[in-house]
Amino acid sequence: MAQVAIEARGVSKWFGEGETRTVAVHDVSFEAKFGEILYVVGPSGSGKTTLLSLVSGILRPNEGTVAIEGVDIWKLADNALADFRLNRIGFVFQDFHLFPRLTTAENVALPLFLKKRDWDQSIAEARKYLEIVGLKNRADLPPVKLSGGEQQRVAIARAIISSPDILIMDEPTASLDGDTGRNIVSFVRNNILNDKRCIVVVTHDARISEFADRTLLMEDGKLKGIEKGNTHA
Amino acid sequence: MRIAAYWSQTVRGILRIAYKLLVNDRAKFAALLVGITFAVFLMVQMTSLFAGVLFRASATVVNVGASIWVMDPAVQTVASSIPMPDYMLDAVRSVEGVKYAVPISSGSGLAKLRDGTYQAVNVVGLDDATLFGRPGLLQGDIRDIYADNGFLVVKDSEFSKLENPKVGTDFEINNHRGVIVGIAQVASSGLFGIPTLYTTFTRALEYLPQQSFTISYILVEPKSQNDVARIKSAVGRLGYLALTKQEFMSQISRFYMYQTGLGLNLLLMTIMSFVVGLSISGQTFYTFVLENLEKFGALKAIGAKGYELVYMILFQAGFTALTGYGLGVGICAGLLFSAKLKVPDYAAVITFPILALAFVMVLIIAGISSYIGVRKVLRIEPFDIFRG
Repeated sequence: MAQVAIEARGVSKWFGEGETRTVAVHDVSFEAKFGEILYVVGPSGSGKTTLLSLVSGILRPNEGTVAIEGVDIWKLADNALADFRLNRIGFVFQDFHLFPRLTTAENVALPLFLKKRDWDQSIAEARKYLEIVGLKNRADLPPVKLSGGEQQRVAIARAIISSPDILIMDEPTASLDGDTGRNIVSFVRNNILNDKRCIVVVTHDARISEFADRTLLMEDGKLKGIEKGNTHA
Repeated sequence: MRIAAYWSQTVRGILRIAYKLLVNDRAKFAALLVGITFAVFLMVQMTSLFAGVLFRASATVVNVGASIWVMDPAVQTVASSIPMPDYMLDAVRSVEGVKYAVPISSGSGLAKLRDGTYQAVNVVGLDDATLFGRPGLLQGDIRDIYADNGFLVVKDSEFSKLENPKVGTDFEINNHRGVIVGIAQVASSGLFGIPTLYTTFTRALEYLPQQSFTISYILVEPKSQNDVARIKSAVGRLGYLALTKQEFMSQISRFYMYQTGLGLNLLLMTIMSFVVGLSISGQTFYTFVLENLEKFGALKAIGAKGYELVYMILFQAGFTALTGYGLGVGICAGLLFSAKLKVPDYAAVITFPILALAFVMVLIIAGISSYIGVRKVLRIEPFDIFRG
């Protein structure tokens, strides 16, 4: 039985008060386990991204608890939570958010710099991870010289360089064409996922649904159901 | 040592990132540097010119070198002396604590040169007995100042206006014959661009048009520093004013600063250069931060703490400010140096207070610029990055 990586219980988030109050996520509970890719899907405005932020320690819920590997993350102080994210969670953003003025290797090494690692060792480590994502020869180029798919791989390398237990991917294929998107998620499934890692992916891209182990269906901020499915396997 | 270790271990990496983000954006970095360099250059140049003018305005006080100057209370600058009655000299000499007191006269004359043209000159009449305040001589013998019609001429940038006279050169001054008996040098040239001649007090009275009172200033040497206050008080009771050398120079500076418009102009120029620097660098830095704002937000999401991002912004602002400061001061110093090669007595001097003032101004510019950036960066929520 796989260990629970993320446990969300009765999580709710709303914005504004009174008449302007908008409920983004309402009373959502779920578990994500190590060794699985969990998709969060739903129409635009269904609360997918908000839920992702709540469970990754970025947005504080109004109600409910989120535990990652048994740690109630919202009981941590701000700096401790930042350290927790740095050490335990990797992020792949929809628009990659790579620094255009840094080299690819420097972008990948950013989490290590934040961990106060030695510069040269961090760059050497970044080169290893770029090799893992197939971009060994792109290490000294600025990200703007890379294609969209390559930039996504750089973002993945940056997300996993500090060996996080949880990998959060926000619309990883939104900026990519169909084939590239499939290749990326396939690469993540085959090379990044392991028994000690849990990957949560927010997407509305049906073309990559085959790579999910389970799928959370969100609608109007509520969890409508959990589907099992790993047609890839 | 512990602080160095802390910086080395904890912030070196992110500061290096901040440095690369800054300098790799060459266009913005150049714009930031231009703004701050220009502001520093303007400020240092204006204030150094002003400092040069103020220093020149006190040239006679510096050159004569007396410890205490006794004058009419209405005197505002050394060039605008108000003659005092002769009895004042005896009165001052009788004050307890006065080691010695001598008269000096200062006035303007008109020299007729050999080619028939006229040249205004400043004539300083030294006490006949002591020649107190006399300049150092490059040529000639000081004793010749007592010879008929003897004058010393100061060899400064205005020297050529008297057709580069030599020892023995004669000329007319206020329709009297004068003879150059010595070529002198002084610590500072005057402000008004006219040559200076030294002679005896008695001869100065003969050559310069006089009123009933003849003494421009009384130069006093106290027996000790403790006597200065007593002398000032005693002179005050006589209805006159005694100022130390430093006080007299400060009074002259205050006059030019507050009563001639020079100070106001300087203030306006300083404010303008500050505003120009702040506008250019503030705007550019703000754009720079805005351009990287989402990336800073992404860093926050990854695990960067707020204070680490603040370090990055402050480092970028501080590095730009210090580089711009160095360039501004360097360019200004280079230009002033070049100007002094062309015009040896170019009235400009870069002093430590000027450098400190420019430094403070640059820090304020950097502070305000980075404050805007810091606010933006601290306000960005990682959630905004997810939301796009």
